[in-house]
This record gives sequence, structure tokens and C-alpha cells, in this order.
Amino acid sequence: MAKLMALSMNTFREAIRNKILYLLLFFALGMMGVSVLLDAVTLGVQAKIIKDAGLAGINFFGVLVAIFVGIGLIYKEVERKTIYTLVSKPIHRYEVLLGKYLGILQTLLVEVVVMSALFCALLVFYGGGIDGRLFLAIGLIFLELMVITAVALFFSSFSTPILSGMLTLCVYVIGHLTGDLRAFGLIAGDEMLRRITEVLYYVLPNFENFNFKAQALYSLPISPSEVGFSVLYALMYVFLLLLSSSVIFERRNF
Amino acid sequence: MGFFGRRTRTLNGLSLEVREGEVFGFLGPNGAGKTTTLKILMGLVYPSGGGAYLFGEPCMKTTVRQRVGYLPENPYFYDYLTSWELVSFYATLYGVKRSASRIEALLDLVGLQRAAHLPLRKCSKGMLQRVGLAQALVHDPDLIILDEPMSGLDPIGRKEVRDILFRLKELGKTIFFSTHILSDAEVICDRVGIIVGGELRSIGALDDLVDRKVSSYELAFKGISKEALERARAYCSRLLEKGSEIFAEVDSRDELNRLIDLIRAEEGVLLSLTPRKESLEDLFIHEIQRWDPQTVSPARVGAAGTLPDREGVRRGGVH
Repeated sequence: MAKLMALSMNTFREAIRNKILYLLLFFALGMMGVSVLLDAVTLGVQAKIIKDAGLAGINFFGVLVAIFVGIGLIYKEVERKTIYTLVSKPIHRYEVLLGKYLGILQTLLVEVVVMSALFCALLVFYGGGIDGRLFLAIGLIFLELMVITAVALFFSSFSTPILSGMLTLCVYVIGHLTGDLRAFGLIAGDEMLRRITEVLYYVLPNFENFNFKAQALYSLPISPSEVGFSVLYALMYVFLLLLSSSVIFERRNF
Repeated sequence: MGFFGRRTRTLNGLSLEVREGEVFGFLGPNGAGKTTTLKILMGLVYPSGGGAYLFGEPCMKTTVRQRVGYLPENPYFYDYLTSWELVSFYATLYGVKRSASRIEALLDLVGLQRAAHLPLRKCSKGMLQRVGLAQALVHDPDLIILDEPMSGLDPIGRKEVRDILFRLKELGKTIFFSTHILSDAEVICDRVGIIVGGELRSIGALDDLVDRKVSSYELAFKGISKEALERARAYCSRLLEKGSEIFAEVDSRDELNRLIDLIRAEEGVLLSLTPRKESLEDLFIHEIQRWDPQTVSPARVGAAGTLPDREGVRRGGVH
């Protein structure tokens, strides 16, 4: 456990010292920009706009960090040959992957917490109420980030950062559209297209399962079973992706 | 196994023993398979066939790696960390408890106590090498494996690393290190193994492998007549004129005495006399020549006692 913690802490430290958290400044600037615009709109909708922009911002910057840090993790270790001193230690290779994964999650957690605090402060300032659903929506955004990070780590275990980045981005975009794609395949009438969209629907994660922004925005009811399903869904994908990454990483020669 | 499944055999039936407390030099030209051997032992590369064992156990086991400290060739470390943080990180991976005093002692041993809190991105190559040694020693291993610890360093850096190895030797550590810099091996090692073309060619104590008897004498002199110089040629195996100075090599003591008598009779000046013993370098060249006589000509051997590069040695083809 101490070894995992050390690996995770080292990844976190790398992200911090490489100034990854500076991205938070852009989030803060974005939110300030939104608040300037708010003066032009009616009082009642201000809180709604802040909620909308805040949740979207947390999601966007989270995905940015997850992909950018995730894709370089293994590649950088191999490229800079730091992998030699790491893999030669009395640790299993899967521990290296897991430690690194936990390190990015640590970074993302700090980032999401700081962004959420800024977001809530702005919301309170403009007289908006803080609702539990808001935190639930943020929690589910974090689940989405966990899956995206695992996707990035999976691709980075065998390909270059550019390719991993593009593939992860593809998974992210398609993952938000799988439901629509499947529906499109069904009505298109082409058997081949139907099969392809069907495979994409079942293989790729459906990121819409983590989207509870509308419920938070309009204070709609959220059923615990829906949340429970999303949590299990995320954990299953994370487990499968980390397992596949470990199998690939285990076989690699350095 | 190469790309598209093309098989390349880098190592073949390599087995050697490193005794407790000795410094063992693993020598070979570039491309001979030294780094591959060490990488297999450290679990970085899987052998395509056969097995690799350390302390009688498969070296992929983490319990085996727990007993070994490893410094890769031209090591790179997380440059956002300081020496202290880096060694502390690796200490945790080795499961070393209460490591602070241990790290302090180690940084002191490798002469980095003053730079302990300097980010590694600001450290010189020599300093990085010393940090690398510290991380390899942090868990007090039974065996220290170093891959080309002196390569890429300037003379000062090389001396620093050599001094650390001497200190470790005094402390009774078992060291197995690869090198193609023969002068370093000659000074430090108790025993050496020579690997060429992926196979171990000779192994043993330096004194057993290398004939320490004088094999020839090299002289430099000046101030003798042209006629005398022609007579001198009869005693010499090599004779070279460079400006007013003459460089000669003679193979026996009799010929040496005759040549000195001639210089004295001509009232010439003897500038230097160097007895030449067989060196590790000679043994090395001999082994490579035995493997592929086409590969090494005397001119190809570097002045600093380094060996021909990969192309030169691989011309014979690696199976």
C-alpha cells in the first residue's frame, strides 16, 4: 500500500510541479467572464446560468487534464527512460500503472474540488442556492473523468501521446453520442451500419450515463438506482480498462 | 524477437558467477549484449527463450529484485524532484522504513549532501550518476548491478564515480558492473568476464587472464646518425621517425640492451623507456579477433582503451 501511495504521490507531484493546476486560472477567468455578462440578464436566470457554465467548466477542464496527463504517463516514462529505475524495483508492473492512475485521480480531485469551491462561491454571491444535486452532478462528472483517465492510460500503454490523445478524444466524443448513433443505425436501414453502431454502443462507455447536469440545473428528482447504476458502470469500465492496460504493460520490453 | 517477428539472438547460453564481496567487471564492446543481459536480470526485458536467474531464483520475482540495486546506463530521473525526494521515493518502493538517516548517509557517501535539495533538472551528468548510485544503494542490497557507470562522464565525473566504487568495495559490497572502458575495469575489478557477440568468451581474475610479464619495450631517443639508425632497425620490431625524435619498439631485453648501447656509442639521448605488459585491452582485442578476425585491426582500437563500435563488431552477424 505504501508503494502504491508513493507512486501515486509522485504522479501527483509531477502534475503539480509541471503547473497543470494553472489550468484552474482559466476556469476562474471563464467564470469571471460569465459573471460580467450576468449583469446584462434578468435576476432570476443568473443563478441558472452560473450553474450551467460552472458544471460545463468543471467538466471541460477535468476532461482536459484527464486526457493530457493520462496520455503521456507511460510514454514519458519510457521515452525518458525513468521506467528502467521504476520497473527494476521490487514492485509489480500493474502496481506502477495503478499508482500512476491513482496519481492522476488525486490531481483531478484537487482540481475538481477547487473549481467547485470557486463555482459555489460565485453562485452564493449571485444569490443562488446550493443544492445537494449540484454536488451529485459534480461527483458524477468525477466518475466520468475516472473513466476517461482509464481510457487515456489504456491507449498510452501501447501508443504515442498524439495517437493516444486522438483515440481518447474519439472515445470521449463517440461516448457522448453512442445512444444517438445507435438510434441512427436502427433507422438508417443499412445492416452494416446498424451492426457498427451496435458494437460501438456496447463496447464504448456511454458518457451520458454520468450526465446529471439537467437534473441539477432544473432541480429535477434523481433516483438512487440511477446513481448506483452510474457508479457501478464507471467502476466496471475502470476495472476492465486498467486490467487490459496491465496485461499490455506486463508484456512490454523496455 | 525483432519487428515482424524477425528473430535476433542477442545472448547465447550466458552463465556466470559473481562471488560475495567481489567487484566483477562485465566487459564487452558496444552491442555485445551487456545491457541486454542486465535488463533481463532486472526484469526490464523478457528473454525470448530460456530463463534468467539471480541467487538461484527466477529474476522476475520481486523478492529477487529486493536484494539487488540497479543503476541503468545514462540514467534519467524525474527532474522535478530533488536528490533527496528521489532517493526517498525509491526507498519507499524498496520498503525501507525510517529512511531519513539512511538517505542522509547515502547522499554523504556519494558526495551530494550539499545538493540534496537541488532539483535534478539543475544537476550535472556526474551528479545524476551519483544520485543514481544512491538510489541503487538505498535498501543496502546484496548485489549492486551497474550498467556502464562511467560512460558519458567527463574525467572528473569518472574519477568521482570510480572513487565511490572504491568506497563500496572497501565496505565489502558485491558489485557487478558492465563497461567498455577497460582502464576503469583494470583498476577496480577483482574478476572480469568478457562477452562478445552475445557469448561469454573468458572469465576469471585479472591476473589469471592477463599475462603481467613484460612483452616489449617502447623507447624514444634522438641524436644518432642516419647510419646508426639503419643499424638500429635490425633490433627493432617497429621504428618511427618523427622530426628529430625516433620511436622504437623492441621485443626482448637483449635487443633493448643492444639498442641502448648503440644510442650511447652514438652519444644520442634516450628520452624515455617504457616496458609494455599485456593489458586487459590486449586480451580484449584478442578475444574479439578470435571471434571475428576481420573485425579488429590495431588502428580501430580507440586511444583511450575503448573498443570498436557496434557496426565493427557485429559485422560477423548476430544470429
